Amino acid sequence: MAVSVNVTDNYVADFARFEKAINGGEAPWLQKARRAAIERFQAMGFPTQKQEAWKHTDIRPITRIPFQLDGSAEATRLPGDLIEAFTFGVLKCSQLVFVNGTFAPKLSYLRWLPEGVRVRSIGEARQMRPRELEPYLGKLAPFDKHAFTALNAAFFQDGAFVHVPKGAVVEEPIHLLHVSTASDRPTVSYPRNLILMEEDSQATIIESYAGLDKGVTLTNAVTEIDVGAGAVLDHYKMQRENDNAFHVSTTAIHQGRGSTVTSNSISLGGSLVRNDVDTLFRDEGSELTLNGLYLLHGQQHCDNHTFIDHAKPACTSRELFKGIMDGKAQGIFYGKILVQKDAQKTNARQTNKNLLLSKESFADSTPALEILADDVKCSHGSTVGQLDESAVFYLRSRGIGEETARAMLTYAFASEIINSVKVASMRIKLDQLVLSRLPSTELLEEGL
Amino acid sequence: MLEIKNLHASIGGKEILKGIDLSVKAGEVHALMGPNGSGKTTLAQVLAGRVSYEVTQGQVRYQGKDLLALKPEDRAREGVFMAFQYPVEIPGVGNAYFLKAALNAIRKYRGEPELDAMEFLSLVNDKMKLLGLDETFMKRGLNEGFSGGEKKRNEVFQMAVLEPRLAILDETDSGLDIDALRIVANGVNSMRNKERAMLVVTHYSRLLQYIIPDYVHVIAGGRIVKSGGKELAQELERTGYAGLGIEETPPVPAGR
Repeated sequence: MAVSVNVTDNYVADFARFEKAINGGEAPWLQKARRAAIERFQAMGFPTQKQEAWKHTDIRPITRIPFQLDGSAEATRLPGDLIEAFTFGVLKCSQLVFVNGTFAPKLSYLRWLPEGVRVRSIGEARQMRPRELEPYLGKLAPFDKHAFTALNAAFFQDGAFVHVPKGAVVEEPIHLLHVSTASDRPTVSYPRNLILMEEDSQATIIESYAGLDKGVTLTNAVTEIDVGAGAVLDHYKMQRENDNAFHVSTTAIHQGRGSTVTSNSISLGGSLVRNDVDTLFRDEGSELTLNGLYLLHGQQHCDNHTFIDHAKPACTSRELFKGIMDGKAQGIFYGKILVQKDAQKTNARQTNKNLLLSKESFADSTPALEILADDVKCSHGSTVGQLDESAVFYLRSRGIGEETARAMLTYAFASEIINSVKVASMRIKLDQLVLSRLPSTELLEEGL
Repeated sequence: MLEIKNLHASIGGKEILKGIDLSVKAGEVHALMGPNGSGKTTLAQVLAGRVSYEVTQGQVRYQGKDLLALKPEDRAREGVFMAFQYPVEIPGVGNAYFLKAALNAIRKYRGEPELDAMEFLSLVNDKMKLLGLDETFMKRGLNEGFSGGEKKRNEVFQMAVLEPRLAILDETDSGLDIDALRIVANGVNSMRNKERAMLVVTHYSRLLQYIIPDYVHVIAGGRIVKSGGKELAQELERTGYAGLGIEETPPVPAGR
């Protein structure tokens, strides 16, 4: 496609300028990695719908727009009350804020953390202590197959670096808030997060992506998470950007022996959203709970791709993604589970349920199981449907108005995921966000 | 209170009710008995306002109003209550939340003040005891994972809380063991009064040993074929529907 060649060239030209601006002020291995990433991107180009993994998602709305990096740090000096809506109220947490992909120190704070726990900007780390990053950065989320991941690897400037040492238990959540803002020109940011959990450590990490205004922004985020043996991680990703925003993300999680990970991906905003979650059991006896909720309206399009690699024996994965589509919204789910030859005693369950609230909304659900071991327990199920009319009638027959009845049932559909959020103040916030999308909110809220 | 005249109704083009005439006054308990496929459940569902049934002829007056012109929620707000034969399970909607929303929707319609959480709880407490329901019940999802008996008790519990003027019980006895049947019947009997009318729909006369009706009607082939006093139920117990010359037909989907 001629258009896509030009677009690719534009990004390559942008990279030349970007590289020049860095002007050798970075560790050689990192410069080399950036160069390899842009070359790989140039070779691949942007994906088209001819590729299976992008069958339902046309990314031309993204490639048509000449997004530019926000080169100044001006936006990071915005007043704190502007981001208040995206925090979790009274939640006692450490908070790192990034504006258009750059760390905003004045908006960020750390609460008391156990000894040895490091929570800092990756932008600072890559300049001051690049050796801390070298063994991990780009190793969990390789860029050779995913054009957007390659672009992030080439262009990223900042994001969060969280390192929890052996045995450390971080009791309060760490909130990584990525805010986008664009005034007069479409702006792109490349948040890059690296989370390292050593043996027997424990933490709760919340990644939020929010839009400050109605500007046209592209967020291309990559988060790499390494969870050591026996470690416990609760991870949340909450995407609530504005309806003009574009969002592409890759989350890569590698789990060591006997580790426990819960990862929740919530997508509420954005006009075009693509989330990839790739997980790997690199050792035995681990557990993963992978949940997702996408609540879409208007013209929103959200595509969730998950890949769970059962490479080692005796691991358990529980996956539940739920979608609610109204208006002309489109919700896509593709879930692959690979059970490798050695991965005996694997226990994997995948469920995707979609609720269509309007005639013009759309859902596609593709479960893909590839099982190479013979002693495993694997199941998958997916549904696409409307509200159960007999349930609507049941509620109405008790005096509840039709609109409220439908809102109640829609909320009930989402509640399974909402209730799985363990951080109370985040659960309450999510609850409000979901309710605010439904009619008859007042009556519903009162009952909660 | 309720005047049904020449009511015809069909589902999917198939006529189920073929001219029902029935008059129920305040304070009366009427039993409607009939074999499977006779139209009992269809009548109950039509009265409650289920849209999948099409009324093709006839009329229903309820307290002087055209009942069929009202939306299901407005029928409930006007005091009509149907205990479902197959109550729907709704995970994610809590029992307490649901019932409070229903009660307050009805109170609002009637211009009465809505109840807050505390007022609501004190109202429902006694009624829970009446139906042998424990505290955990209110926190569970609506009918979620309930046994058949629990679902039926929940229907009667809802009825006790919403205090309808016209209660329609659709095969509330089906699937109940004798203990549950006694609890349910006791709940229903405690609600009998001069202002309230009840229409008890059942296949078997068993329930009518506990809820003694004032009148019994036998429905077959979409029509009421015989009416009488409570002794008609006993007669049916002895002779079966065959004794009235009624053939039992295989069950028809109840339009769930």
